[in-house]
Amino acid sequence: MQLKSLKKRENELANAKRQLEILSNGIFQDEELPTFRTKLAAQNQFPLRPKTLEILQINVGYMCNQVCGHCHVDAGPDRKEIMTRQTMQQCLDVIKQTGAHTLDLTGGAPEMNPDFRWFVEEATKVGIKEVIVRSNLTIINANKKYNDLPEFFKKHGVHVISSMPHWTEGKTDQQRGDGVFNASIKALKMLNAVGYGMPGSDLKLDLVYNPSGAFLPGDQTALEADFKKALLSNFEIQFHNLFSITNLPISRFLDYLIASENYEDYMYNLVAAFNPAAVANVMCTNTLSVSWDGWLYDCDFNQMLELRVDSAVQHISEFNKDLLSKRTICISQHCYGCTAGAGSSCQGTVA
Amino acid sequence: MSNTYYEPSDLRKFGAITEWSKELGEKFFDYYGKVFEEGALTAREKSLIALAVSHVVKCPYCIDAYTQDGLKRGITKEEMMEAVHAGAAIESGATLVHSVQMMNKYKKLSM
Repeated sequence: MQLKSLKKRENELANAKRQLEILSNGIFQDEELPTFRTKLAAQNQFPLRPKTLEILQINVGYMCNQVCGHCHVDAGPDRKEIMTRQTMQQCLDVIKQTGAHTLDLTGGAPEMNPDFRWFVEEATKVGIKEVIVRSNLTIINANKKYNDLPEFFKKHGVHVISSMPHWTEGKTDQQRGDGVFNASIKALKMLNAVGYGMPGSDLKLDLVYNPSGAFLPGDQTALEADFKKALLSNFEIQFHNLFSITNLPISRFLDYLIASENYEDYMYNLVAAFNPAAVANVMCTNTLSVSWDGWLYDCDFNQMLELRVDSAVQHISEFNKDLLSKRTICISQHCYGCTAGAGSSCQGTVA
Repeated sequence: MSNTYYEPSDLRKFGAITEWSKELGEKFFDYYGKVFEEGALTAREKSLIALAVSHVVKCPYCIDAYTQDGLKRGITKEEMMEAVHAGAAIESGATLVHSVQMMNKYKKLSM
């Protein structure tokens, strides 16, 4: 397990342009496999266009206390990109005028942003229906100042979505780092203790499953049943839903695929599993992604590939709902990750 | 043309067998797909049986396919190895049970 980000290591894959080149060269350049655009066109699904904006997904910074092997953000303790309160205020102004009902906070570890709590409090005041925090769980016990997060989440009715790649220690630590499994179990117990994830509770606690390797996720319902059974019988832990998310071939996961000589097979698997029904509901059709410095993207993956929205308006400070609704969505071969099998989004499967 | 008998990327081309015999190929894949659906046995249980049989018939393509299938289903490496041992035990048992024939013949031929 590397302890530094690709960026800190000056790895070529920290460069978004290089990643996009890799995703367009080789098997796709040789037309061994169709590009995502060609595949969509063959189904009369090109170009992709947004529907009603429902979710504003805000990346409040790339800093994280973990350095996970599959992280598409290349997050870690050495990443210093952090959203300022001024940019958060611009996001709040946009929420007031868009009618988006969900604010989805991600990172890095979003809780590490010094203005995280202020942002959550203000967002609930301006009428957002649901605030999601994508928590890595270990942050809750990483430092004393985070120990009261379960109480803070409860006070503001925050919907907690947490990562958990497997119900066994070995497979979790292999992806997320030594000790992560036990720290996650401890945090889940703290969340359960204040009411999160309990049957019938309004305090929503969902888990995210990412495969810990070069394979696609299996059936979400079957995995959820296995997770529930194992976490309950081994640790007396409860949660509501499991979202299975496919690893997209970018950033650290792309680095892993190439280094382990799995890249071609993985792309073949993604293309073979292409599902036109998943295309209709990909998350870029109802979500906008905002980066720590206020730029707008079709999704968090495009944010990491520095593919800004294809619109005259590209920054939160100049947000224009009508102009943005007329844009076409930027795509490349990584998009196959969201359309494979039952589809994949930050809310799990889509088809 | 490959200079080895087994080429890992050939697994991707499995579907192409229908090109030379459409009817039989399609019937096979329909049957194959149906076999691995949820039934009296779960799809998870069938995946482990397939993994064990893959080893017994020594099919490298099947081993690749059902190791990956097991990972997708969250099957642990301990479960996978136990399944392979179940296959191996039957295979070695099948050899050893023939030793009764050897013993019978030995006794028959001996004074």
